[in-house]
Amino acid sequence: MAKILIVAEHAGGKLNPSTAKCVSCASTISGAEIHVAVFATDGAAVAAEAAKIQGVKTVLTVNNAANAEPLAAVLAPQVAAVAANYTHVFGPSTTFGKDLMPRVAALLGVGQLSDIMAAEGAYKFRRPVYAGNAIITVEAPQDKKLVATVRTASFQAAAQGGSAGVEAANVSASLPSHTRFVSRSAAATGRPDLQTAPRVVSGGRALGSSDNFKIIFSLADKLGAAVGASRAAVDAGYAANDLQVGQTGKIIAPELYVAVGISGAIQHLTGIKDARTIVAINKDAEAPIFEVADIGLVGDLFTLVPELEKALG
Amino acid sequence: MSKILVGLKRVVDYNVRVRVKPDGTGVVTDGVKMSINPFDEIALEEALRIKEKGGATEVIVVSIGPADTQQQLRTGLAMGADRAILVQADSVVEPLAAAKVFLKLIEKESPQIVLLGKQGIDDDNNQTGQMLAALWDRPQATFASKVELEGGKAKVTREVDAGLETIEVDLPAVLTTDLRLNEPRYVKLPDIMKAKKKPLETVAIASLGVDTAPQFKTTKYEPPAARSKGVMVKDVGELVAALKQKGLV
Ligand SMILES: Cc1cc2nc3c(=O)[nH]c(=O)nc-3n(C[C@H](O)[C@H](O)[C@H](O)COP(=O)(O)OP(=O)(O)OC[C@H]3O[C@@H](n4cnc5c(N)ncnc54)[C@H](O)[C@@H]3O)c2cc1C
Ligand SMILES: Cc1cc2nc3c(=O)[nH]c(=O)nc-3n(C[C@H](O)[C@H](O)[C@H](O)COP(=O)(O)OP(=O)(O)OC[C@H]3O[C@@H](n4cnc5c(N)ncnc54)[C@H](O)[C@@H]3O)c2cc1C
Repeated sequence: MAKILIVAEHAGGKLNPSTAKCVSCASTISGAEIHVAVFATDGAAVAAEAAKIQGVKTVLTVNNAANAEPLAAVLAPQVAAVAANYTHVFGPSTTFGKDLMPRVAALLGVGQLSDIMAAEGAYKFRRPVYAGNAIITVEAPQDKKLVATVRTASFQAAAQGGSAGVEAANVSASLPSHTRFVSRSAAATGRPDLQTAPRVVSGGRALGSSDNFKIIFSLADKLGAAVGASRAAVDAGYAANDLQVGQTGKIIAPELYVAVGISGAIQHLTGIKDARTIVAINKDAEAPIFEVADIGLVGDLFTLVPELEKALG
Repeated sequence: MSKILVGLKRVVDYNVRVRVKPDGTGVVTDGVKMSINPFDEIALEEALRIKEKGGATEVIVVSIGPADTQQQLRTGLAMGADRAILVQADSVVEPLAAAKVFLKLIEKESPQIVLLGKQGIDDDNNQTGQMLAALWDRPQATFASKVELEGGKAKVTREVDAGLETIEVDLPAVLTTDLRLNEPRYVKLPDIMKAKKKPLETVAIASLGVDTAPQFKTTKYEPPAARSKGVMVKDVGELVAALKQKGLV
């Protein structure tokens, strides 16, 4: 029977929603026993949140002063030590999980499966390759521990209402000092988080300047939406790097995605394939974005976006 | 002698629209344009810049793949790498196996820095650098958008979901590149001629004595679920009406 350990992602004493999405994925494996481990300086508050996720049996806290920042080199030996009692170890396919899980796998002497979209059994999964242009079915050996990341856009967060037990775990692993945290600069926007927002408005190269990009923020605010951007817009400095949507940026699955002045390159489309409704505004009727849009509008964004904002009241 | 080892993976060019074979056994690669993984071009550019600023004396490009991978290594040499190593492999090399191969080369070359891409744009695994750092028992600085070297240390700014994070790592270390680290230089014709004379060594993967047997079995390839055809609206009024109909506003 599968016994699955999920590595919790958290910051500022709060659990990231990606953890509950990993629980959803693990819950689709029949008969799985699911535990969540919180690595922190003091994980009590985060563990209490994790204990409420339905489907979780036990939450482990691993407290250590070295865990103040999520450094993969410091966390990996601890995760590998806790993993001894499990058949599977899952983390989210966020930058946190992508940085950490391969290091854990290598310490355990096994490969890693990236971006699980669906579990067809405890050792059979589907995942995207080639920027989502192909979906492969992969079988993993049953006699090895399975380390994997879960594609968060493929799963809804598991519901609240659980009441798992919380236990402190003692981990003896020697931790390296060769990697040190220096600083983090997060643009506090006061807007919804791009990765979890039900609505997203994204702007592309067509915006032309960071000043012009403000009309994207303004439309987003009207819709209560998060803001995203194409790589071209980020490279040109119109939008911050953490707003990039796509193969090498964030993969998102909002209810509504509005693409403004974005051509629809494969690498961008990978990031929005799971959006429920895609709206595209582009002056070029031949733009590939219209091939995936549910609602398309051809015209000049500098006229249409302010008009749309007004029409929304 | 301070060396930098750079991974150059041969991948289907990013402009190619990859298609699944009708029988579901793989993707169509016959006659498809192959290139250096874009993240690896960025890794090589960074290595060359470090060398040009006096931070290294030799840049070695490494690729694991079939004999044709020589083309990508020659391009790397034309960009400015000093020499190339082709680890010839004619079957699947999973990230853990690639990491073990890199570790063997590290034992031989003792580089100060290993620069890899954050992900191959074909398999999209995003694993090799992290695995290599674990096996080597050295630091990793993934998704780098800025690298500053100073006295045996590297200060690396990383692109993370929450914004930008800066960490400091002791060298030697593994760094993996993100898109905004730099813009790779163009190769000039005279450099292509010069590159033909640079050393390119071929090593059979079996001769390295590492276990490269794949752990995972891909049993099926399928095209992604197609989105149903949408509607075109003619003005903002119709757009708002369509959104209302879907209950989105
Ligand atoms: C390795 C690699 C990884 C990549 N990863 C990503 C990624 O994660 N995310 C990503 O987005 N890209 C990524 N890219 C880049 C991608 O290939 C495209 O270059 C990029 O998405 C283009 O951005 P864009 O659509 O904003 O710009 P463009 O392709 O230049 O499109 C601009 C669009 O705006 C329209 N337009 C212009 N003016 C107006 C106007 N006034 N009104 C209305 N419409 C107008 C044009 O018709 C055009 O369709 C990656 C590329 C590589 C090589
Ligand atoms: C002959 C051959 C046949 C293959 N057949 C298949 C197949 O049928 N199905 C399938 O799914 N895959 C196949 N592969 C691909 C193989 O599985 C991938 O190389 C492996 O999974 C690495 O994936 P990635 O690039 O996503 O790794 P990532 O971890 O995303 O790579 C990150 C970085 O590591 C470095 N790196 C990784 N691999 C190499 C390399 N080979 N050489 C140099 N640097 C590297 C690069 O710097 C790269 O940017 C084949 C490979 C070969 C050589």
